[in-house]
Amino acid sequence: MITLQNIHKSYQMGLNPLHVLKGIDLQIEKGELVSIMGSSGSGKSTLLNIIGILDNHDEGEYKLDGKIIANLSETKAALLRNEYIGFVFQSFNLISFKNAMENVALPLYYKKISRKKRNKIAMDYLDKVGLLDWAEHMPNELSGGQKQRVAIARSLIARPKVILADEPTGALDSSTSYEVMEILRNINQEGITVIIVTHEDDISRMTKRVIKLKDGIIEADYVPKPLQNSSLNGSGSRLADKENVTLNIQT
Amino acid sequence: MFDIDKWQEILSTIKKNKLRTFLTGFSVAWGIFMLIILLGSGKGLENGFENEFRGAAKNSLWIWTGRTSVAHNGMNPGRAIRFTNDDYENLKNNIDQREYISGRFNIWWGNQVTYNNETHSFGIRNVHPDYEYIEALTITEGRYINHLDITHHRKVAVISTLVRDILFKDESSEAIGKYILVNNIPFKVVGFFEDESRNENNMRLIYIPISTAQMVFSGGNRLHEISMTIHANNLEEAQRAEENIRNRLAAVHNFDPDDRRALGTWNSFENYMQMQSLFKGIRLFIWIIGIGTIIAGIVGVSNIMVIVVKERTREIGVRKALGATPLSVVSLVLFESVLITTFAGYIGLVLGVGLLELLSGIDAPFFSNPSADFGLAVSATLLLIFAGAVAGFVPAQRAAKIKPIEALRDE
Ligand SMILES: Nc1ncnc2c1ncn2[C@@H]1O[C@H](COP(=O)(O)OP(=O)(O)OP(=O)(O)O)[C@@H](O)[C@H]1O
Ligand SMILES: [Mg+2]
Repeated sequence: MITLQNIHKSYQMGLNPLHVLKGIDLQIEKGELVSIMGSSGSGKSTLLNIIGILDNHDEGEYKLDGKIIANLSETKAALLRNEYIGFVFQSFNLISFKNAMENVALPLYYKKISRKKRNKIAMDYLDKVGLLDWAEHMPNELSGGQKQRVAIARSLIARPKVILADEPTGALDSSTSYEVMEILRNINQEGITVIIVTHEDDISRMTKRVIKLKDGIIEADYVPKPLQNSSLNGSGSRLADKENVTLNIQT
Repeated sequence: MFDIDKWQEILSTIKKNKLRTFLTGFSVAWGIFMLIILLGSGKGLENGFENEFRGAAKNSLWIWTGRTSVAHNGMNPGRAIRFTNDDYENLKNNIDQREYISGRFNIWWGNQVTYNNETHSFGIRNVHPDYEYIEALTITEGRYINHLDITHHRKVAVISTLVRDILFKDESSEAIGKYILVNNIPFKVVGFFEDESRNENNMRLIYIPISTAQMVFSGGNRLHEISMTIHANNLEEAQRAEENIRNRLAAVHNFDPDDRRALGTWNSFENYMQMQSLFKGIRLFIWIIGIGTIIAGIVGVSNIMVIVVKERTREIGVRKALGATPLSVVSLVLFESVLITTFAGYIGLVLGVGLLELLSGIDAPFFSNPSADFGLAVSATLLLIFAGAVAGFVPAQRAAKIKPIEALRDE
């Protein structure tokens, strides 16, 4: 689904460029549930943005579903995003003057689907995330968890092949985080590729593969030891068990 | 353009930001309102002036005689020039551009007009039948002087409705056919007239056939003035006709054609053209002020839209992440601007036209019936749509340049 080869990315900061990604090689298959971890500033968001075609890489090759992503016009990039990718952000990014249903329906507006039809589909997706009764509510009337569920419904509505979530639980308490993760796991079970950036160990352990970044390179790529179901169901123990590590040091 | 969904998307944005929309629209509405009021007032001023000058046909030429002021062909200056019926015939038959022509014979004394016990002093004008058109008179009942009156020296009089009411009082309705005494000579009333200028001096008058007056008031074949209307498309043509007349009369009466004292002329065409160019100036002035006001409005809208785009940076970033193309972002901003401008401008237009409608009854000297015509309303509307597009241009461009990553980065 996603193939990255020797991806480099620098930001121009004043006089000297800041080299953020220093050669990323990564392959993610269709239907994977991946988390990206790493310390602050290690380049997680940068990587996710490149995968999401929100930003372009300087060097290397990026293939999305077999298509080489390079030198796209803004319009082309927008169409690809609309077709392939759903975004979930840490700060939800709901449009404040649109109610939950209208927020969810927005991607379909850019797919030129009629208002009536897209609102109906939006209701189905709100139902999926358990917010059918909140359809008419404005974002400021929703809790953080509810907002994130609306955002997830929005990311799903255009039937993307990949969901990219940048710290989706970063602004949520632990039990709400687990609810959100449960939804993302369900989505993944339907065959959609899900990539989650997170700081939290227990969140990463709800995914099937962890990619650890350090200073712009992949430090480790392993299958985490799953969390016990008891803690998944909200007992709240976020103590990191010793991982079942398969180190995969990059050279 | 007619993508209903797009308009709904924009309308829902506008609806949810009412105060901002109101503030944006206000300056435009004000600009258009002012433009309409200004243009309407200009029109009122123009109408007022036209009314004041409506007494005579717009292409009339008035000629009178005086004394020579320069020596010519061995004749001394100071010689009096006098018109006779022959001059009238001469101009009537030889000036190509002539339309209507009339001589005028004045009586300077008396002017007493009597009916029964009512005796009043009115102006008495002794003219040819064409005079009706030269002065642009309206006959309200009966008739004006005709050619038979002239050839038969009939003692008939055409009086103004004002004179009729003064002389005949409650007999006014049956005044036609009655006799009035003009300097003690009986004349039969054959018609009433009104002068459109509604200036009272032009209404305290009675008209008498010139041939009759010359006979009964012992004028011989003497004329004091000749007036005519001329066919001219522009000022040059009018001046050429005037020149022609001047040369012809100078030859007959043996004076220098350039001697303005010997022969006086007044050309209403010249006057009319002057007035027209004055109004052209006023109109231009008003448009400049009006457009200045609208430009201020455009700049206002543009500024506010720039701020709006800035405020909506994050929203636009989200839209882009969800698949909004740059074009759809541009049109979102541009159409919002056009919609607000057009709608607000329309309100200004309606209020302005409404106010003019309220004032349309006004009929003061030099100001009458201010109005904005349909063509103006249409051009103002087009101007508005254009203005909205101009106002939205810069902000739309900024919106299109917003990078989703920049917009979405957490502060
Ligand atoms: N648009 C940008 N312009 C300049 N520098 C940037 C830009 N975006 C990110 N950076 C820098 O690149 C580095 C990597 O940033 P990135 O956001 O990818 O880190 P991250 O791993 O997501 O960190 P965090 O966990 O704090 O979100 C940081 O040092 C950051 O300051
Ligand atoms: Mg980040």
